[in-house]
Amino acid sequence: MAHDTHKLAIFRGLLKFKSNEQKIWGVLVFLSLVTAIEVILGIYKPEMLDVKIIGMKALNWIFIFLTIVKAYYIAWDFMHLRDEKGSLTWSIVLPLVILIPYLAFILLVEGNYIYEVMRDGFVSWNF
Amino acid sequence: MEATVTSTENEGKVWSGGNKPLAASYGKMMMWFFIVSDALTFSGFLVAYGFSRFKFIESWPIADEVFTHFPFAHGQELPMIYVALMTFILIMSSVTMVLAVDAGHKMKKTKVAWYMLLTILGGAMFVGSQAWEWATFIKGDYGALETKGGRILQFVDQDTGKRVAIADFAQELPGERAHHTRKDGLWFTKEGSLPSYSVNEVVAGFNAHDNILIRTEFLNEEGEKTVLTRSESAKKIKDAVLVVEGANLIRNEYGSRLFADFFFFITGFHGFHVFSGVVINAIIFFNVILGTYEKRGHYEMVEKVGLYWHFVDLVWVFVFTFFYLV
Repeated sequence: MAHDTHKLAIFRGLLKFKSNEQKIWGVLVFLSLVTAIEVILGIYKPEMLDVKIIGMKALNWIFIFLTIVKAYYIAWDFMHLRDEKGSLTWSIVLPLVILIPYLAFILLVEGNYIYEVMRDGFVSWNF
Repeated sequence: MEATVTSTENEGKVWSGGNKPLAASYGKMMMWFFIVSDALTFSGFLVAYGFSRFKFIESWPIADEVFTHFPFAHGQELPMIYVALMTFILIMSSVTMVLAVDAGHKMKKTKVAWYMLLTILGGAMFVGSQAWEWATFIKGDYGALETKGGRILQFVDQDTGKRVAIADFAQELPGERAHHTRKDGLWFTKEGSLPSYSVNEVVAGFNAHDNILIRTEFLNEEGEKTVLTRSESAKKIKDAVLVVEGANLIRNEYGSRLFADFFFFITGFHGFHVFSGVVINAIIFFNVILGTYEKRGHYEMVEKVGLYWHFVDLVWVFVFTFFYLV
């Protein structure tokens, strides 16, 4: 079977592991570290990250970025997409990468529009 | 039609199913198909949550103020710590799962069995933690009033700036109405449990304590909930029609009604996935012990449930971000 060979390098080859087992623990350490950073940022909420970038706080963008980083390592190393054929990997990842941001984009724009209608409309919602 | 079975005749040929273009077995492909469609289901849920949140962006509850509890740490405000622990438990059980898959490749039966067992334990711990989280959420802690328009009014202490529970200031008034049960009155009619205080009792308590202020759902520029002055509060409390304690699918004391609805649906749907994952893992665990895969010559079934299990972990990473962090 094809998966007898594991690719043992992560971070674009920066970090190489001796065995697959070692790589798993390495990825665990990395994922825990990212979660710890998220939790610390979530508790302290540094004020300098309150700046808005494209309608959302910089802090929230950081959270979303870190989440995608974690998702990448779970999919690539735990679900061993790294060891699969490129065609299989991309036929799984591409539909999700295209459809989910698209859905998020249209629905969030729509939600924001409804918020503005409710705020500026002539109907009182706070009684 | 020719069956897609590799035989000596069609082996290596591109047509007639002679080769595997994606180098993955049928079962593994199907698991991936399922995961892709399930990922879209979950993103539908999370995006719907985002939609509702953007719609009520100026009055959405702040997760840090809602999920502040930790078992055995009563009265302490510990936002995030509990969910962080839950996340860690789930990631840990993901790791034991990969180790089981890895041991499976090396055909080490006892090792696979032990790692599967640890994975099942981790999953069960996670579901248990989620049950506790739900119970705390449903019970609520401070209680609030609801206005005619469905807005939640919470209470803070003017001197300390901290939240006050309605039980701390509401006054007992005599002659309040009793809980209607089936044994008295009309046949087969009853009502759900009554809140511990009536609106009048809360209002009387509010009038008797000068230091109690009302906190509305609305966020100010600093992203904190707006606290009204004493005179504004006295005006606002006249709109109250209901006492809300804890959360259900209709109303909750934390703020927007949709907040609790999405909490129950998304974490519930995820918890259901974890639960079914635990069941499937248990089935595979017994198969491992019985030696089914040893006889079959490979542990691909372990790998397939592993994919599902990691997917559940992956979804939790997103739920964690969008429910508790952002």
